[in-house]
Parts: sequence; structure tokens; C-alpha cells
Amino acid sequence: MKKIYLDHVATNPLHPEALDAMMPYLKEEFGNPLSVYEYGSRAKSAIEGAREQVAGLVDAKPAEIIFTANGAEANNFALRGIALAKQNEGKHVLVSRMEHHSILNSARYLEKNGFAVTYLPVDKKGLVDPETVKKAITKETVLISVTHASSEVGTIEPIREIVRIAKEKNIIVHTDAVATTGNIPVDVKDLGVDLLSMAAHQFYGPKGAGALYVKQGIRIVPLIYGGIQESGRRAGTENVPAIVGMGKAAELAKAEMPKRTEYLKPLRDRIIDTMMGVERVYLTGDRENRLPAHASFCVEYIEGEAMLLLLAAKGLFSASGSACSSKALKASPVLLSMGISSSLAQGSIVFSLGTMNTSGDVDYLLTEFPAVIKRLREISPYAQGWGDREEGGEECTVKE
Amino acid sequence: MYSERVMDHFTNPRNVGDMADADGIGTEGNPTCGDAMKIYIKVRDGRIVDAKFKTFGCGAAIAVSSMVTEMVKGKTLDEALAISKETVAAELGGLPPQKMHCSNLGADALKKAIEDYRSKQK
Repeated sequence: MKKIYLDHVATNPLHPEALDAMMPYLKEEFGNPLSVYEYGSRAKSAIEGAREQVAGLVDAKPAEIIFTANGAEANNFALRGIALAKQNEGKHVLVSRMEHHSILNSARYLEKNGFAVTYLPVDKKGLVDPETVKKAITKETVLISVTHASSEVGTIEPIREIVRIAKEKNIIVHTDAVATTGNIPVDVKDLGVDLLSMAAHQFYGPKGAGALYVKQGIRIVPLIYGGIQESGRRAGTENVPAIVGMGKAAELAKAEMPKRTEYLKPLRDRIIDTMMGVERVYLTGDRENRLPAHASFCVEYIEGEAMLLLLAAKGLFSASGSACSSKALKASPVLLSMGISSSLAQGSIVFSLGTMNTSGDVDYLLTEFPAVIKRLREISPYAQGWGDREEGGEECTVKE
Repeated sequence: MYSERVMDHFTNPRNVGDMADADGIGTEGNPTCGDAMKIYIKVRDGRIVDAKFKTFGCGAAIAVSSMVTEMVKGKTLDEALAISKETVAAELGGLPPQKMHCSNLGADALKKAIEDYRSKQK
């Protein structure tokens, strides 16, 4: 059976050239970058080479890149590190409601530790309105964190406009660019942000490497204390092979981006245009202003995990934000924040394409997916409408 | 993550459908939470002779519904009432712990269908 991977928001396969670049550092070049002899200096220069490559991808200076283990660490670092560094100036933070859990749960941590957090609403396309940012700012506000794009709905946020508002009040801006870096042009100078998170495995690099861009002159309190790695801002022996792989993947992403986008966008458009023609299938996020390889929907009257499993049985691998497909058993807060009802949010499904996908893969998906929808609707009691279902705004708790 | 029997009942569910002349109907769950089930039973001389279901939900919810409708056929009402979440899960070769309560609605929906039938007999 065919195996077609359509879940590139979960992770990407490793680019073969990134693997080749990593191999020496998994084998003979095993040195600790802090060692003073030649093993150490070769490992150190490998990391510094990768830092230049990653900086080049986002138009930063190499010294502004701090390597982390992943995107979640970069997000935790940004929120806690800036909040702690700025707490004498104010204790108010703004985040959008459609942030990744690594932002939302960091914000909750700050709330438990004496900070006030405002959760910014989003509109039905998942956009944060810069005007609501402006209104939410108080004299106490020290940090604004809004994602560059949510991997669940793919809408690209107006970061430039948010930065413009923040800078009038001298407030620091962070963006979680894990879903965008390496996939669309991300330029820290053009965006104007002070901090930006990224993850290597979202652009064909390895797992185990991420980075936080911290603009020169911004003070940040470390998340991990220890040695002097990363200029004392992130202790711990570096994951040299992963960092080298991230560097190579960044270089490749920069060089190949126009070609990749030109290839992927028409495939994405075909998925969106075809599925929009299926009855009671709704696109989530913005039609145009979205990630180039991202097609996300809510399919009414059926549930996401059931769709995922039937598609997987056909060799098609995708993602969902339904309660049942999450380990937390809650419908995606991102979809709910967009005003999508919790019944409809259960029918969430996300297809995210990558460079390995072919036009034939999309043909196959567009044959199988409508058939899966039809089959599950035949089983659903709601196929004729939601009817007299018990509608309630109550929390769905696990019944004991 | 699911057992082979769960996948079998999910991908080839038994007894899917509505029943126009059902003697008892039971619904359980809520689509806002991700799972909702409707079960129909036909009763003759105190025994369940047929059962059908319609379910909105994940793989586990559909497999549970299919299994419950298989298990009840031929049982007396009291025997059917002895069916529990645990016995359904056991028949399916087990359910993942997080699905045990939220998606395992079959036994509760069945109880409601039997109550519905009994209330109509009074």
C-alpha cells in the first residue's frame, strides 16, 4: 500500500544533505565544544558555522542566535526569560489565544508567579487584530507574544503591525515562528521583532535542535543554568550533530525556498479548492494569507480521529485538533478561539504537504478523503443536522 | 494504539443504521465533547432480537457501539442490563485508558434504550 505523509506540521523528514552534514559529528567528531584541544575546537567551529547558517535564514547576526533543544524550549525561554528580566518595569504580558501550548502554558506559569496575562482574541480566520493589541496594552505591559502562524490553521499573523504598536510603548515583542521559519521568508529586521523561536525539524532539519533569536541588546534571564555555553544564556553540552544539521537545513531552506513554494502552493490549492466543493466542509484559517503547504478544514457531523484512522488505513497520514485525537481530550483551543463551535471543532483535519509529496499523492487523497467523509456520515446520527443534540457550554469532563 | 478487534469493529462496524419501528431508543454523550451515540432495540418476549446504532465519535466510540449491538442480540433485558463498560472493553480486547470513559458510551446508551422500552410498557 502507498504511504503518503501529509503531516509536515508534526515534523518533517530529514533532508539527506543535512544528514550527510551531521554524520561526522555522530562518529569521529565527537568532541565537546568546550574542550581546549583539537576535538573541542572542531566541534566549536561546527556550531559557529551552523549559527551563521541559521542567522542567515532569518537575517540575524550570528551572536543573536541561541541554540535550544526545540521550539518549545525557545518559547519557554522567551516568555520566562523576558518576564523575569523585565519584572521591575511591569508585570503584564500579552499572548494570543491561538498560541502553541508551550506559549500558553508558559503564560499560565507566569500567572501563577505574580504576572498578569491578557489572552488576545482572534477573528474567525484566526487573525489577531493589531487594534486589540493596542487596547490591551497597559503601563505594566512588558512583553507581547503572538505566533507568526499557527500550525493548526496556517493563517499568517500581522506581526509587523503589532511590532509597530508595541514599539510606540517600548514593549518587547516575541513571535513563535516555528511553523514559518524555513517555509516562508522570515526576516527579523523586516518583522521588527525582538525575539523569534524556530525549530529545525520544521524545515527538514533534525529533531533536537531549535533556536531563539534574541536581538542584540535585549537582556534575557536564562532558563537553564550551568556552564558558559551559548554565551552563558543556555547551559548544557551542545547537541552538536543536531545543531550542524539545523545549520545545513537552514542553508538549504533559504536556497530552495522559492522553488519549494512554487511546487507546493498549487498542490495545496488543489486540496483546498476540491474539498471546499464537498458539502459541509469548511476551510479553517485564511484562504490566501496562509502557509504555502497547509490545508485545514472542519468537516461537519463527523469526528477527526475517526477520519485520521480511516485515512491512515488507506496510507494517508494527517492531523486533527479534535478532542479525541488529543491526549488532553479537549477540542483544539485554537479552533475554539476562532469561534468555531466545539461540535464542529471535533471534525478538524489538517493536511500539510512537503517536498516529497507528488501531484499523484494529492489525486489519491482527493479520491479517498471524500469517501471517508461519506462513510463516517453514514454512521453519524447527525448527518441530517445537529438536531436536538444537548447543546451546552459546559466543560466536557471525563466521566468516572 | 487500538487492538485489532477495535480496528475491526471500527473499520467494519456491525448494525449501523436507524430503526423506524424500534421498541426502545437510547442516546448518550454529546458531540461538543467528541462522542455521542444513539442505539435502537427491538424486543420480543423479553428478549432483544435486533439492535442498530448511529454514532458520532472517534474510532473507539464507533467500535464500542458496534460491539454493544452485537453483544445484546438474543439477550433478555436483564442480561443486557448486566453489560458494562468493562465487559464491552474486554470483548474488544481492551481500550486505551483515556478512551475507557469518554468514548465507551455503549453500555450507558443501551441502559437508556431499555429504560425507554420499559417506560413505554407501563
